[in-house]
Amino acid sequence: MSHTEGLYIHEARKHLDAGDFTAVELTRQTLDAISDKDPLINSYITVDEESAMEQARVADERIQRGEAVGLTGIPIGLKDLILTKGLRTTCASRMLENFIPPYSGTVAEKLMAEGAVITGKLNMDEFAMGSSSESSFFGPVKNPWNPGHVPGGSSGGSAAAVAAGLCLGSLGTDTGGSIRQPAAHCGVVGLKPSYGRVSRYGVVAFASSLDQVGPMARSVEDCAMLLQAIAGYDPRDSTSVNVPVPDYSASFARDLKGMTIGLPVEYHSAEGVKPEIRSAIQEAVKVLQTCGAKIVDIRLPHMPYAVAAYYVVASSEASTNLARFDGIRYGYRTPDAKDLLDLYEKSRSEGFGEEVKRRILIGTYALSSGYYDAYYNKALKVRALIAKDFTDAFACCDLIAAPVTPAPAFNIGEVSDDPLTMYLADIFTISANLAGIPGMSVPCGSTFHGLPMGLQLLGKPFDESTLFKAAYAYEKEAAWGRALADPRKARL
Amino acid sequence: MRISAEEILHVAGLARLHMDEEDMDRMAGHLSAILAYVDTLKEVDTEGVAPMSHAVHLVNAMREDRVGEHLGVEAALSGTLERENGHFLVPKIVG
Repeated sequence: MSHTEGLYIHEARKHLDAGDFTAVELTRQTLDAISDKDPLINSYITVDEESAMEQARVADERIQRGEAVGLTGIPIGLKDLILTKGLRTTCASRMLENFIPPYSGTVAEKLMAEGAVITGKLNMDEFAMGSSSESSFFGPVKNPWNPGHVPGGSSGGSAAAVAAGLCLGSLGTDTGGSIRQPAAHCGVVGLKPSYGRVSRYGVVAFASSLDQVGPMARSVEDCAMLLQAIAGYDPRDSTSVNVPVPDYSASFARDLKGMTIGLPVEYHSAEGVKPEIRSAIQEAVKVLQTCGAKIVDIRLPHMPYAVAAYYVVASSEASTNLARFDGIRYGYRTPDAKDLLDLYEKSRSEGFGEEVKRRILIGTYALSSGYYDAYYNKALKVRALIAKDFTDAFACCDLIAAPVTPAPAFNIGEVSDDPLTMYLADIFTISANLAGIPGMSVPCGSTFHGLPMGLQLLGKPFDESTLFKAAYAYEKEAAWGRALADPRKARL
Repeated sequence: MRISAEEILHVAGLARLHMDEEDMDRMAGHLSAILAYVDTLKEVDTEGVAPMSHAVHLVNAMREDRVGEHLGVEAALSGTLERENGHFLVPKIVG
């Protein structure tokens, strides 16, 4: 094992600054790990080897000048819907198979300004629509702990690459659980920040009132470093919120005395939660109690309606957002169009995959004349009640603990023909997006078959610090270990 | 509620998607199942509840009316396959 392998970001930072190894060495080892392991995982759509090595050389100069900051010289992967100027960005779709963006997203710019080394673009569900990363035009991502299973989705490549050491941290996006659910299935830490905390400028939109970019890494401290780098107001995103970004590293503590954690009765008694998940969450709650937190029962009475409300809201917004793909200005263009309408219809039908078309149809239907009030408006009212449930709950607790998923990662192909069952995989994560609150997934052990499970922590709007505090204390106390996933050693 | 193939065809037209018969039948099945599930929202009493379209209450994020950074013509056209004289080219739309 190389001396750079399996390090956390905050450890690599210290070693780089101390001159124990260079960013070039760290990047070379990461790229070698990609060539070695990624054929079995398929977590990358594009590896940007030449540019990564050049960025590493520049980072080394910066480190030598003593000007390094948090992520200087750290290899980071980006979900392939974050625009990167000059580097192909596909959204895992045939529609954007050859799309080279003429500008970069704010989060990519911020990472590059820190001197992070962008290793490449990570695989995902097409246009971030899915919970398994199977709908990618570039083939499914495999769970690095067991390649017969899905890694979760839609940020499946971002989670799998981090778990296997194919980058030290990554960015994903979360519209209904797309960071937290794959983080849980791959045994990494993932955070969906509060809506408005991170700029969405230059991130291909799925459902604009729900989408949020967030960090994925192998430790809580690493996630905090990544959020620190990307958070903040951006005048180019009119929905980003102009509130101060605290120093997240200041929130770490082992002692949770004075913190009250709510357990939603509806989540913990929900049908269909597998016994292994249920007992892992119970154990995790005991650990939080050991750290000093007080545990109370709370109620989120509208939680059973979250998935239904979400699929109306998200699909409606998606149908509008994806109208921009017209075959004319960028993206796939059919070679044989008779007229303009034919150009639109053929380009879109040939360019989009099955799940994307399904959601466009649901959304178009829900917004169409005669159905708008029954579906879209009704879903927005239920959304308001779901958000109010959280406001009420946070009157008597500082954060909420729950499972991330009802079950561990399913087998590849198991539910890919059954969209409704796939949607229900997000039952515990969706409410946070509807309400706009931050949510985090922290590894809480593995099943008998070696598949990771995740503890979900939900916080008050813009209070990521309390999530980091609880997650850090839990991570230290539970001490689940730091092994990298290796698909060659999976227990099949 | 069972969605008919005709309804799928109508919605697909609105969404500018082409559907053949096999697509229509499959999508009709999937959409019917999903919308039947969505119908559980009818159980919720939403009398007097204001619809929530967004998680943050922002009103009119205004900026100064000033020319800022923008893409040049070359960059803006860099993603298109068909162009002419600095414009996007589309099939003929008037006879």
